[in-house]
Amino acid sequence: MSGVPISWYLTLSAILFTLGVAGFLFRRNIITVFMSIELMLNAVNLSFIAFSYRLQQVNGHLIAFFVMVVAAAEAAVGLAIILTVFKNRQTLNIDEIDSMKN
Amino acid sequence: MDVILFLIFAIIAVVCAINVVVQTHPISSAISLVGVMGSLAILYLTLGAEFLAAAQVIVYAGAVMVLFVFVIMLLNAGAETKKGQSSMALFLGGPLLVALLILLVWFVQSRYSETVHFGGFRGGSAQDVGRALFTTYLLPFEVTSILILIAILGAIVLARKEMD
Repeated sequence: MSGVPISWYLTLSAILFTLGVAGFLFRRNIITVFMSIELMLNAVNLSFIAFSYRLQQVNGHLIAFFVMVVAAAEAAVGLAIILTVFKNRQTLNIDEIDSMKN
Repeated sequence: MDVILFLIFAIIAVVCAINVVVQTHPISSAISLVGVMGSLAILYLTLGAEFLAAAQVIVYAGAVMVLFVFVIMLLNAGAETKKGQSSMALFLGGPLLVALLILLVWFVQSRYSETVHFGGFRGGSAQDVGRALFTTYLLPFEVTSILILIAILGAIVLARKEMD
């Protein structure tokens, strides 16, 4: 019975991270941009847990746990900011939210 | 068996992630993101991270995504409009992203040839994670609780009705 090479997990993590960056760069809806950030955080968590398996230590799990907690806090604050922005400007397009430009 | 299980959930994750990026409606992206997180939870289980697999489902697929769906419904967010698309991002960012992916894949494929056997790591149970959390990582854990408190206060301050 053959196992899965650990590089496959890391490759999957790289693919997911790149897709997250693509969504962050190419999408114009602020909520989708935010979801792309969550996708990137998840990809990095997968790397941490794969390396944790490789080193046979639990430390990577703790780092992934802290990433998860910070992501939850970030989602709460970020979505509150999105609500406030929408209340003031009636738009979710990040190209139209440019009041700090001038 | 190991390889088949990995491939099934890896393909689900990648397809759902592509769907997150290409769907124009935010609610479709959110549902696809739940798919990514669910299949990642299974992959965590195959790596022996039992506690984190449960936390992934509860915190991410449960709490965070429900928050996202609530906000999408609350704002009545429709499909994304095409106007204002910057072609600079596509023409410069696309090749750079492909280069980044190739570099990352080459890097991890040239190293890390060890194989993963399901059940090969038994240190990821709630007991082991909890012990590490309350001994080695006690200070970061307490700082995290302060961070959560600040986030709650910030969210309340930002989202409440403006008072004069």
